[in-house]
Amino acid sequence: MDLSAINPLVLLASLMVAATPILLAAIGELVVEKAGVLNLGVEGMMITGAICGFAIAVETGSPFLGFICAAIGAALLSLIFAFLTQFLLSNQVATGLALTLFGLGLSSLLGQSYVGIKPPATDKLHLPVLSDLPVLGPVLFSHDLMVYVSLAIVAGVWALLKYTRLGLVLRAVGENHDAAHALGYKVIRIRIAAIAFGGACAGLGGAYLSLVRVPQWTEGMTAGAGWIALAIVVFASWKPWRVLLGAYLFGGVTVLQLNLQAAGMAIPVEYLSMSPYLITILVLVIMSSGKGRAALNAPAALGRVFHASS
Amino acid sequence: MIRLEKRPSPSKAWTYATPLLAVLLTMIAGGILFAILGKDPFESIRTIFWDPLFNAQFASYSRPQLLVKAGPLILIAIGLSLGFRAGIWNIGAEGQYIIGAICGAALGLALYPTESRLIFPAMVLAGALGGWAWAMIPAILKTHFRTNEILVSLLLVYVAEQLLASMALGLLRNPEGGGFPGSRNFRDYPAAANPELFEGTGMHWGVVAALIAVIFAYVLLSRHMLGFQIRVTGQSPRAARFSGVSPTRLILVCMGISGALAGMAGLFEVTGPAGQISIDFNVGYGFTAIIVAFLGRLHPIGILLAGLLMALTYIGGELAQLMLGLPAAAIQLFQGMLLFFLLAVDVLTNFRIRLAKREAA
Repeated sequence: MDLSAINPLVLLASLMVAATPILLAAIGELVVEKAGVLNLGVEGMMITGAICGFAIAVETGSPFLGFICAAIGAALLSLIFAFLTQFLLSNQVATGLALTLFGLGLSSLLGQSYVGIKPPATDKLHLPVLSDLPVLGPVLFSHDLMVYVSLAIVAGVWALLKYTRLGLVLRAVGENHDAAHALGYKVIRIRIAAIAFGGACAGLGGAYLSLVRVPQWTEGMTAGAGWIALAIVVFASWKPWRVLLGAYLFGGVTVLQLNLQAAGMAIPVEYLSMSPYLITILVLVIMSSGKGRAALNAPAALGRVFHASS
Repeated sequence: MIRLEKRPSPSKAWTYATPLLAVLLTMIAGGILFAILGKDPFESIRTIFWDPLFNAQFASYSRPQLLVKAGPLILIAIGLSLGFRAGIWNIGAEGQYIIGAICGAALGLALYPTESRLIFPAMVLAGALGGWAWAMIPAILKTHFRTNEILVSLLLVYVAEQLLASMALGLLRNPEGGGFPGSRNFRDYPAAANPELFEGTGMHWGVVAALIAVIFAYVLLSRHMLGFQIRVTGQSPRAARFSGVSPTRLILVCMGISGALAGMAGLFEVTGPAGQISIDFNVGYGFTAIIVAFLGRLHPIGILLAGLLMALTYIGGELAQLMLGLPAAAIQLFQGMLLFFLLAVDVLTNFRIRLAKREAA
């Protein structure tokens, strides 16, 4: 094993790239859950976004259009979930699972003719001065636009939830939908908007996987990223900046184990590959136990069905 | 303006009718999907649902396959349904299935080439134990640390898949296999094999186990205290708590049963139809079983029928792939649609649809 082959700077730089898909999906799901809806279909929306983005980027040659269409495609898919859970009052856990199974099937059907193609490259930004800084330049300031978009979304969600009226209404709907309804807020409309936003974010995350991170299309390529995003929301105790922390920690673990694989560590590849999942479980356990447990911070109406009696 | 009015109690008639309605709607939507893909919708639906059973040319091959595919689906879905009824969401049956197969197969392979009648039963037991142990991880984390069992059980599927790859390439690899991945084939080791019991029926021990599980679950739910506790907890967790149901015990029991059944299903599959431990012997039965459980309305008899229907879509899908060039993914999508429609029409069971004039909101 040759640990000196691992360059810490490259490691840190690729950490941000590795974390971005999960960060995007997780911040979207955070908004959904803050509105009191548990959408377990993140995995299905991510992979649908991955193929939509990939297909459009290949056909048009524009990764930018790819990302836009990925967000739209996954948001449309999430509207199925919204329709079922908000209008037909179906069980959110079961419907979320259905969304994942459906999304996996849909994506492999759409992606048949895209296996083994290289997508158009997404340009890396070159910011004047910042990108040329020693150390910080390559680590923080020479990524593609989406890395910064994801950070902007986190900041935007944080500001929206904390400082705006809309954020307050959204949280009210998530904490107590009956009270919010009595105050005259449109519970269902707000929830549908939140679900669509979550879908769009998951779609962006999926497209980031297929267009930048991998970049290639393979069936089932999200490999549990959507589920890890769900776990990160719990880890973050439903707080936007902690989502960022969780996603980057997870990105770090992923990049580190990939580097250890490449460096020829004595541990078999399979055991290194399972480490991100095991660490996610471990983190979940730590966060959900003890006095300051994360669940105390969960939106009170999370997963409950809202049916206005009048 | 359409308004939903909650029924005082779920409608009996719709309880039975909704699965049929969902299947019908899926066929229509599936037909449209196949038409978009450029296939004749009527021929596609006939190839999937009719030909495997009644076409003189294919039925002799397809009919036995029905039991081969339905066996594991029913066995896993029965276990899952107990937990689902009580609001305990074990969605990692795929992982428990894999671990069960690995444990049972490892025991059999360790004893190779000993001949004894006891080997196969011992392997089944090892498989059940393996699945049970894997399901105990999310169960105990749930009861001790209140960790969400949905996420943990699902994440463990990916861990199990990596473990399977490691086993197929390492510990359990056939020493006489010339370095190819995969274990010894159980067909060459009669004491540990799970062959067809009657020629040409597709009946193997896994199918027998599935039928026993159906009867067991039926009796459990309708006649036994535990079944009563499961039903009460599902309907009202608070009422269950007051009537003395221990949630901890219920989680451990439900997760344990579903894990053990999934593990057994894995063992039956790996020693029978699959034949050996290989990197990808698992084909997602653990996930499809979730659809089966819901399609069967979490009722043992319903699950039996739903398992057969879902097996039919697998076989019909393969046939349509062969005859019409329908992509394999289309069938996966078809199964996903079925669950969507099922959840959608379920609203009719619990609500009355009223047409009302728009009121001042």
